[in-house]
Amino acid sequence: MTTMAEKNRMSPRRRAVNVLVHLLLAVLALIWVLPIFWIILTSFRAEPGAYTNTFLPQGYTLNNYVKLLTDRNVLNFPKMFKNTLIIAVCCCICSTFFVLSVSYSLSRMRFRFRKPYMNIAMILGLFPGFMAMIAQYFILKAMGLTEGSLIRIGLIIVYSACTGLGFQIAKGFFDTIPRSIDEAAVMDGATQWQVFTRITMPLSKPIVIYTVMTSFIAPWVDFIFAKVLCRANADQFTVAIGLWNMLQKEYIYQWYTCFAAGAVLISIPIAALFLYMQRFYVEGMSGAVKG
Amino acid sequence: MGNKQISARNALRYGDLYTRLSAVVMGAGLIGHKQIVKGLLVLLFQAAFVFYMINTGIHSLSMMPSLGTQEQGKVWNEAKQIFEYTTGDNSQQILLAGVVALFVIAAIIVLWILQMRHSYKIQLIKEQGGHVPTLKEDLRSLLDQNLHMTLMTLPCLGILIFNIVPLVYMISMAFTTYSKEDNHLMLFDWDGLHQFQRVLNMNGNIGRQFWHVLAWTIVWAIFATFLNYILGMILAMIINRKDTKGKGFWRFCFVLSIAVPQFVTLMIMNIMLQPSGAINVLLQNLGLISSPLPFWQNAMWARITIIVINLWVGIPYTMLQVTGILQNIPNELYEAAKMDGAGPVRIFFKITLPYMLFVTTPYLISSFVGNINNFNVIYLLSGGGPTYVGDTAGQTDLLVTWLYKLTVDQQYYNLGAVIGIMTFIILTIVTLVTYRNSTSYKNEEAFM
Repeated sequence: MTTMAEKNRMSPRRRAVNVLVHLLLAVLALIWVLPIFWIILTSFRAEPGAYTNTFLPQGYTLNNYVKLLTDRNVLNFPKMFKNTLIIAVCCCICSTFFVLSVSYSLSRMRFRFRKPYMNIAMILGLFPGFMAMIAQYFILKAMGLTEGSLIRIGLIIVYSACTGLGFQIAKGFFDTIPRSIDEAAVMDGATQWQVFTRITMPLSKPIVIYTVMTSFIAPWVDFIFAKVLCRANADQFTVAIGLWNMLQKEYIYQWYTCFAAGAVLISIPIAALFLYMQRFYVEGMSGAVKG
Repeated sequence: MGNKQISARNALRYGDLYTRLSAVVMGAGLIGHKQIVKGLLVLLFQAAFVFYMINTGIHSLSMMPSLGTQEQGKVWNEAKQIFEYTTGDNSQQILLAGVVALFVIAAIIVLWILQMRHSYKIQLIKEQGGHVPTLKEDLRSLLDQNLHMTLMTLPCLGILIFNIVPLVYMISMAFTTYSKEDNHLMLFDWDGLHQFQRVLNMNGNIGRQFWHVLAWTIVWAIFATFLNYILGMILAMIINRKDTKGKGFWRFCFVLSIAVPQFVTLMIMNIMLQPSGAINVLLQNLGLISSPLPFWQNAMWARITIIVINLWVGIPYTMLQVTGILQNIPNELYEAAKMDGAGPVRIFFKITLPYMLFVTTPYLISSFVGNINNFNVIYLLSGGGPTYVGDTAGQTDLLVTWLYKLTVDQQYYNLGAVIGIMTFIILTIVTLVTYRNSTSYKNEEAFM
């Protein structure tokens, strides 16, 4: 706490530095917030088209949102939203189970396959993600999961199947829970399963929430695999492909402001979730790095 | 359990009749030692394996060397007056079936070893008059000391089927002629290391592009990793200064930009920086420039733009990640430096940076790997462009985005697979070298 007296004692040079620092921060903050501010303005812009002659919109309207949510003929956004929601909920359940199971096992259990598993996970992480993607598509095709509404199941499988490799943050968290708590429970006759479900899980609410949210967000923001798997099946599109399509040559003039509206609608919940869980992320990171 | 190690070899050498029998009839040892349900399960697996092999497995394996020979035929149907296509061999499916068959065989070998060992172990317990676990006890142990088996089985299966098998399958494509070039999409052959030669040969068209892309990928990864790291750290330090007011507000401004989904912000940036996009319009309206700046049209401009925008994307992340660690730096270090009359710049390079490098080397490595594989930033911003006529790789393409273009857009699957393998090799080298250096670094200069 700086009192008034101390402030007065501040040397002129220090005061000048302070003013400069705050000015710098203000400029930087403006740069960082400007694009977001601009897209919000664009989502209310009355003039159509991607490019206009003015930086700020000339007129404001809600029509972009109305069109986005009601036009079901060209790009059916409500349907995409429903698709993504279904996929996200299923993914969220599977991945959360996978991530927590693997992280708990690696953190608490000692078994022969433990070290090899962690090494394999590290090696697999060095391959570019797309290497597997093309082949995954062929495998799903061989399983018959690339047609019609089965695409959804294919996407759910692909989004959740490999999540067991992303155990680092949750494992780092579990590592910080003192083992003596487990040992005491085992002394009282608890099985490992009971330790997992009744002791570790309630103590790990932050990381459970973090895992649930990250796996829920993933399908909303991935568009590459969804694009490969959906190809031209427009009724299976997820939100991300829809938004991406709105910026393609054939749609951009008509749909650009709707894209902005869609981006705002999708970003609000995701941004809220992210802002809520950033502290878990920071805790997980600094924990994992400190090792 | 005696001195004998429990291994499949010892099981064959010292096993009793049942244990040895299970080398042929899997599960026999378990059934013989009264672990009937487990034994039957193993036997069931063996039966399924035999059934699979007879039904498809042997055929799949036998097709592997040739990858199919029957070309798709075109027969004139006189009655209908149209060409009818006869189904030929589909090499891509044959290769997949072959890879799957190899994995099934590997799985059954693992199961065979496990059941041999297990059978031998139970035999030893019995010989020493120990207690053989009943089925009920076995099941209970799955929720207790063997909980990891229950928890890890499904995730491991997922990784095996949807990561390892696809990777092996894709890697095997690198050694074939599977490509749209010369029309090898339906029927292709083994091709040895020919594609690798093409990629590494600097004089060929593909090779020239490869070395270009590789050089840019490494330049990009170095800039993206270290600029983000240092600038993010400086930003975090500025915000955390004692005299900075409204720390929470500033942090919120920067975090807000990463809270918005990345693909949305990147697509917006792409549009904003087009010749008639918002930035050019703004600069022109202000009278600062007379003609639009070629953000994406000129290779050098595009490269710099991408690195700068990546700073916009990455600095808040670094800020979030290093804030906590920065506060852990022992205050005595700073005070000692101030006593010696070191200025802020000297303190940063002599104390803060070495300390941070020391603590965050693993983070730096993973962010370097992430940047080499950074698909989103390049693909959504410049799309790899500008691209010269006759090239498949653009001037800002990374190995990953080129890989994507080669496979998804061009259908040059074999070349794509080679690029993927090369990326993996480069990343492995980088990771190993930095890890080794970081440990020696640790020994020389201990901070703690």
